[in-house]
Amino acid sequence: MSTGQTGPNTVIEDGDVYMTTLTDPPRESFRLSMLIYDTRYRSITIQVIALLAFLAMCVWLITNTLTNLESRDLELGLAFFSEPAGYDINQRLIEYDSQDTHLRAAFVGILNTLLVAFLGCITATVLGVVIGVLRLSKNWLVARLMTVYVEMFRNVPVLLWIVFALAIISETLPQPRDFRGEDAIASMNLFDSIAITARGFYIPEALFTRSLGDIHLFGDSSMRFDISLDLLAFLAVLFAGLFTSKLIKKRADAIQEATGARPTTWWQRILVVAGPVLILLFALGFYLGMPELKGFNFSGGTFMRNSLIALWLALSLYTAAFIAENVRAGILAVSKGQSEAAAALGLSSGRTMSLVVLPQALRIIIPPLISQYLNITKNSSLAIAVGYMDLTGTLMGITQNQTGKALETVLLGMMIYLMVSLSISAAMNWYNESVKLKER
Amino acid sequence: MKKSVLFGAMTVATLAGGVVSAGTLDDVKARGKLNCGVNTGLAGFSAPDANGVWVGFDVDVCRAVAAATLGDPMAVEFVPLSTKTRFTALAAGEVDMLSRVTTWTFSRDVDLKFEFVGVNYYDGQGFLVPTALGVTSAKELDGATVCIQTGTTTELNLADYFRTNGITYEPVPIETNAEAQALYLSGSCDVYTTDASALAAQRATFETPGDHVVLPEIVSKEPLGPLVRHGDHQWGDVVRWSYNAMVAAEELGVTSENVADLATGTDNPEVNRLLGSEGSLGEMLGLEADWAAKVIASVGNYGEAFDRNIGAGSEIGIARGLNALWTDGGLQYSPPFR
Repeated sequence: MSTGQTGPNTVIEDGDVYMTTLTDPPRESFRLSMLIYDTRYRSITIQVIALLAFLAMCVWLITNTLTNLESRDLELGLAFFSEPAGYDINQRLIEYDSQDTHLRAAFVGILNTLLVAFLGCITATVLGVVIGVLRLSKNWLVARLMTVYVEMFRNVPVLLWIVFALAIISETLPQPRDFRGEDAIASMNLFDSIAITARGFYIPEALFTRSLGDIHLFGDSSMRFDISLDLLAFLAVLFAGLFTSKLIKKRADAIQEATGARPTTWWQRILVVAGPVLILLFALGFYLGMPELKGFNFSGGTFMRNSLIALWLALSLYTAAFIAENVRAGILAVSKGQSEAAAALGLSSGRTMSLVVLPQALRIIIPPLISQYLNITKNSSLAIAVGYMDLTGTLMGITQNQTGKALETVLLGMMIYLMVSLSISAAMNWYNESVKLKER
Repeated sequence: MKKSVLFGAMTVATLAGGVVSAGTLDDVKARGKLNCGVNTGLAGFSAPDANGVWVGFDVDVCRAVAAATLGDPMAVEFVPLSTKTRFTALAAGEVDMLSRVTTWTFSRDVDLKFEFVGVNYYDGQGFLVPTALGVTSAKELDGATVCIQTGTTTELNLADYFRTNGITYEPVPIETNAEAQALYLSGSCDVYTTDASALAAQRATFETPGDHVVLPEIVSKEPLGPLVRHGDHQWGDVVRWSYNAMVAAEELGVTSENVADLATGTDNPEVNRLLGSEGSLGEMLGLEADWAAKVIASVGNYGEAFDRNIGAGSEIGIARGLNALWTDGGLQYSPPFR
C-alpha cells in the first residue's frame, strides 16, 4: 500500500537524479552514518560489532583466567601425564596397573567409554526398532504395553535408571560366596559355564592352545596396545566367508533374473562362512576358559562387572525408548498407499514391513538416530554413579583429584568427548548419505 | 605461553569469579560470616543434626574460628563439599577455610598451594569386613573386592599396600560414603576401606555393628587437618592459633565451664596470656583480646570437642589413641602461647 503512495515521488526523484547525472556525475561519497542507515552496509556493521564484542569477551576471559592462575601461583601444564597414576582400575580392556602413567589411565578410561557406548548403541537400536514396530501393532495389549514402556523410560532421568539397575543387580542376584560349599544356594548356568552374581557376570573366554600371539603397538609407551593375531585371523576368515557368500547370492540373483528359477544356495552360503571359521578354530586349538570359584571371587573367564552391566542396561533401555519413537515416526511417515500396494501384490504383513516400509522409513529414522547415538556416548559419563571407570572416572575423576589439575583434565576430557562425538556423527552422516533418497 | 592462552580462553565458567582478595580476615569480618567447607555428611565429623544444625569434630574447628574472629560460633555458613570439589572451592575463594577430614600431603601443601594449619585428628587407613568372612588380617584379603571412596588418598594407599604385599584385589570406586556403605552392606564388596575414624563412625550407624569388624592393620598415615589458601599468612595464623587454643586449653585445664572464671585472671601467666587478661596476643592476630576465651566458651577445649563428637561421650566411641595430648603419650601438642 505504501509503495503505491510513494511511487510517484520516487519517480520524480529518480528523474532528478537522472537529469543531474547527465550534466555532472556525482561521486558516490561515503559517510560514516551510512554504516547504520544504508542497508548495504548495515548488516556488515552489525556483524563486525558482534565479532569485536565476542573477541573482547574472549580476551577478557583469557586475561582473567591467567591473572587468577597467577595470583594463586598455579601453572598450566600436562607434565602430570607422565607420572605414575598410583590407583587401580577394575574394569579394563587393556593391561594396566597402578604404576602406569596418568596418560595410560586416561587411555583405559577412553576405551571403557567407547566400550559401553558401542554396546549401548547396538542394544538400544535393536530394542528400539522392535519396540517402535510393536507400538504400531494391531494387537491392543502389545501396543499399549510398548506405550507404557516408552513413556516410563523416557520420562525418568537416566541417572536414576542407572542407579536402579545397579541396585537391582547387587540386591537380588546371589553373591559369589553363595556358590560355595556342598549345599550352595546358587549355582552356575548353562552347563556351569556362566556365573551370574551380584558383582557381575562371569562368562567363558576364548582361549587357544596354539595361539598366534599378539602384535604390540607403540612399544612401551603409555599408549601401547596389543592386538590379538587370533582375533585378526578370525575376523579376516569371517569376512572372506561373508564376501564369498555375497558373491553366491549375486550369482543366484543373476540366474533368477535370467531364467526365473532360483537355485538353492542356502547350504553353500552357510558352508563358505562356517567351514573356514571352524577349520581356523580347530587349527588354533580353540577351547573355552571357564570361570571357577576361587577364594573371594570367581576367577578365569571374562568378567563383566555389575557396574558395566548396569550402565549398559540402563543406557540401552532408556535410549531405546527414544529410538522407538523415531522408528514409529519413520514408519508412520511412509505413505499408507505403499503398504496397501504391497498388500495388493499379495505380500504378507511381515514381508511388507521388511521389504517395503522399513527401507523407506530408514531414511527418516537415521538422522535422529545419530543424535541418539551421541546421547548414549555422552550419557555414559554418568558411569561414576555406579563406579564404572570411564573417561570421566579416570581422567576427569581420580587423576584430577590426585594431581589437582582441574583445568587441564576437564578441558582435555571435553575435547575427547567432542572428538568421539564428531567421529560418530561423521560416520553416521556418511551412512545416511549412502541410504538417503537420491534426488537428481 | 601460547598453549596456556588457548586453554585460558576455554575456561569460562571455572575462573570467571574474579581475583580473590588478599585479606581474608577483613573479608570475613566485613561479611559477618565465615564460609567453611565441610564434609557432605560423616557422623561425628560433620553432619547436620535433627534440627539442621551442623555438628561434629570438624564443624567445631569452623565454629572456633568464627568465635575467634566474629565472636559468634554460629556465624558460619557451612558449604558441604565432595572429595572432588573441595580443593577447587577453597582455591576459588568460595570458602575461607576447609575443615573436611583432609589428609595433609606434600603435593596438596606444595603443588596445590594450600596451607595446612595443624592436625586435628591423627588417622590411618583401615579395613572394615563382615565378621562372617572370618578374616583376621588384611593380608588374608587376596582376591577380595574392595569398596573405596574415590578421589581420596585412600585409593593410592590401597594400591600401594596390596602391591607391596603381593596380593590382588578388585577395586570398586564409589563417589560418596553413603553409596559405598550401601554396596558394602548388600555384599557387593567384601571389604570397605577408608580412614579408620570414618570406618568407626560408619560402623556405629549400621543396624548390627557387631557383625562388622575393623581389621587391626592401619596401612597409612592420615594426618587430617584444617587448611587455608597459600599466601594469606594473617588468615593462616588466625585459623592455626584458634585450633592451637583448643589444644593448649586442654593442656592448661581450661574448659568451657571454667573459662569464664579463669578469664578474669589466674596465677598461671600462660593461661592469662591465652585468655587475654595479660599480654596482647589477640591484638597481634588482629582480633579481640578475649578471642581464645570465646573459642573455648563456645566449643570447649580439644578434649571436650573430641569426647562430645567422636569420643567416649558419643555413639562412635573412638579412643583418644594418637590424639591424646603429648603429656598423655599422644601426639596433640600446641606450641606455647607466648
